[in-house]
Amino acid sequence: MIEIIIDTTIRAGTPIFFATLGAILMEKSGIINLGIEGLMLIGALSGFFFTYSSGNPYIGFLMAAIVTSLVGTIHGVLTIYLRGNQIVSGLALTMFGTGVTALFGKNMVGETIIGLDRMPVIFLKSIPYLGVLFKQDIIVYFSIVLLILIHLFLHKTSVGLNLRTVGENPYAADNAGINVNMYRFITVFISSGIVGIGGAYLSVSYTPLWIENMTAGRGWIAVALVIFSSWDVRKALLGSYLFGGIAANQLRLQAIGTNISVQLLQMLPYIFTIIVLILSSFRGEKNSSSQPESLGLPYDREDRI
Amino acid sequence: MENILLKIDNITKKFGSFYANKDISFTVRKGEILTILGENGAGKSTLMNIITGFYRQDSGTITINGEKVLYKSPRDAMQYGIGMVHQHFMLVKNHTVFENLYVSLKEKKFLINKDIYKDIFGKIFQEFNLNIDMDAPLWKLSIGEQQWIEIVKLLINDCNLLILDEPTTLLTPQETVFLFNFLKKLQEKGKSIIFISHKIKEVMELSDRITILKKGEFVGTLNKNEFNEDTISTLMVGSTIKKRFDKKSHASDDILLELIDIFARNDKGLSDLVNFNLNLRKAEILGIAGISGNGQKALAEVLTGLKDPTSGSIILDKKDVTNGNTRQKYIHGIAHIPEDRKAMGIAPDLSVEENLILKNFKDKKFGRFILNKKNLHQYANNLIEKFNIQYGLKKAPVRLLSGGNIQKVIIARELSCEPTVLVALYPTRGLDVGSQEFIHETIMEHKAKGMSTIYISEDLDELLKISDRIAVIFRGKNMGYVDPENTDKFIIGKLMGGLTESD
Repeated sequence: MIEIIIDTTIRAGTPIFFATLGAILMEKSGIINLGIEGLMLIGALSGFFFTYSSGNPYIGFLMAAIVTSLVGTIHGVLTIYLRGNQIVSGLALTMFGTGVTALFGKNMVGETIIGLDRMPVIFLKSIPYLGVLFKQDIIVYFSIVLLILIHLFLHKTSVGLNLRTVGENPYAADNAGINVNMYRFITVFISSGIVGIGGAYLSVSYTPLWIENMTAGRGWIAVALVIFSSWDVRKALLGSYLFGGIAANQLRLQAIGTNISVQLLQMLPYIFTIIVLILSSFRGEKNSSSQPESLGLPYDREDRI
Repeated sequence: MENILLKIDNITKKFGSFYANKDISFTVRKGEILTILGENGAGKSTLMNIITGFYRQDSGTITINGEKVLYKSPRDAMQYGIGMVHQHFMLVKNHTVFENLYVSLKEKKFLINKDIYKDIFGKIFQEFNLNIDMDAPLWKLSIGEQQWIEIVKLLINDCNLLILDEPTTLLTPQETVFLFNFLKKLQEKGKSIIFISHKIKEVMELSDRITILKKGEFVGTLNKNEFNEDTISTLMVGSTIKKRFDKKSHASDDILLELIDIFARNDKGLSDLVNFNLNLRKAEILGIAGISGNGQKALAEVLTGLKDPTSGSIILDKKDVTNGNTRQKYIHGIAHIPEDRKAMGIAPDLSVEENLILKNFKDKKFGRFILNKKNLHQYANNLIEKFNIQYGLKKAPVRLLSGGNIQKVIIARELSCEPTVLVALYPTRGLDVGSQEFIHETIMEHKAKGMSTIYISEDLDELLKISDRIAVIFRGKNMGYVDPENTDKFIIGKLMGGLTESD
């Protein structure tokens, strides 16, 4: 039983975790993106489509990352080079993603693919209770590797330091000889791809199916988790698994049959999100310094400072 | 010539149709301290931003070591050995001191080797007796310490030309002396320094040559043997500045306003005012000296009702007015000239007229529901004439006015209700000498009518000029009162730095 709960938690949390990772990285560079939901959908559809047509889920994931990166650059060009409003551009991206995937995904509804195989790790898989952690597919392992890499990148490398400086104070970054717009643009490109992998995990591994609007708000949850995790990728893992765990295991509760009404159970993850946001905003009052200071602000060197 | 490091020829820079710099030429020699002197708005900062590659000039050339250069970004200026301490620091508050220094290095390795660079930075810290924790987040440092970090940033990149944009504004007189000695030491090492200021006295002491700018244009360059206070101020302003006001002492001994054991916190939960006591007499101008960030803002907020103190009491004319919102404080007769005039002083997109009646919204003569335009025009015109507010179109938004005129709108509005106490927070900051004089005179005029003023400023010369008494604020505490008639700047400086008079 415990094994099943842990397994469900990981599999349901992973798509959200990828989306949150991408969102955090983007916000570290000063770009806020409310288009995560749309990007996830695009990742989900392109992942499913390329797996379906090639028969290889790895190609599906790769193409999902590439397609989503390309779509994500729309947001990058609009907000970085044309200095558009990041909120409006992000919302537009979500609407675009929802619409375009509904349109092009029609033929994929009801099709089936062979999802990802699990890759158990020898020895470790037989640890009692926790062995299930090592019976996941490669994308789950990749998410953990990515977490470690991003964390080290941000805090141990000069490029990561440059990136954080761009998000905090682009004037200081420019003064130090860092190309602010280029840093932001590349970050948006790569982060969008990471979000896309999250979307593809839903359609290629978790279900594996394509259903219209299948992210069902997970992208928005990721946006909220960025704040919950106070821009720390390690806390993002915790948040994603918590949310994913509650969302997926309430289904299990429903299946077992409890006296609690179904609607109340379905509300659980969202109630949890609201509570977490309230709690983190209380904490934020004393230490609001974790939010990148120039988040959401376009940069123009010749703005009169 | 061999010893010329930087040569500027005919630089022009326009913002819209406004000339920030017009046809400016000058040179900087190797190993000299050159001061660029000029009032606010003379174009000093713009010119320096061009030299450091932040702005691009519309026309004109920059020559470094005989080589004509055209920058693409500030990075290029850095490669030529030019570095600048900007007036608004180019620092990242949430990074540690170490990260702030490391990120500004000219050449960085992909992996950060903290130990090696900590040693390198530590040696520079030691050389200048800086005792700063490199792992502390920058926002925990005092403004003075942050300025040192900015200077160290230039040193680790081995700059040959250091530009300092008004570095003394935020320093105590003692720290200023320390900085000047330090700059002279750098000069001995062969570095050139451009020092920007509008304080005539301090540049006399430091500079080898002085270049004077006025309204974006080059006025002249003086050599060391050519300048004295009068020639400089004549060139800079066009007239010599009045020294001090004739203070006919109207101040009575009756205490009008008292702050008793006030505590206040800021948004981060840190203490802004700690056991703060203050008394203000009738018809007195009480100057508050201190380096900004020591609780001045909280003091103004507590007095004007923008913030409630966590404990303590405020007594105005024997009535307790500790708590209450801004409206109530206004009714009690407390007026406010806020720190950030564009953000807090005006509604930027409303017209001058509308801004003038912002606080009279309950006044029946302007109408109960529908505005009574006739009375409104009359009232506003009256104030506009009295305070000599210069503006273009009648309906134009007030944000298009110059800083001096915006401040006049605020002062006209605040003083029109005949307040008993005026709380003025840096009222002359960023204004030209003419507007400064006007503000001082207006406050003196109302003082003669019995108004008391709490005048918060970081400019000691200004405070000494107009105050009847000066209180010094340091880390949210009142360090004591001094008499401006017979106190020297250095005594106030000691108090501003947290020492006592006898230290």
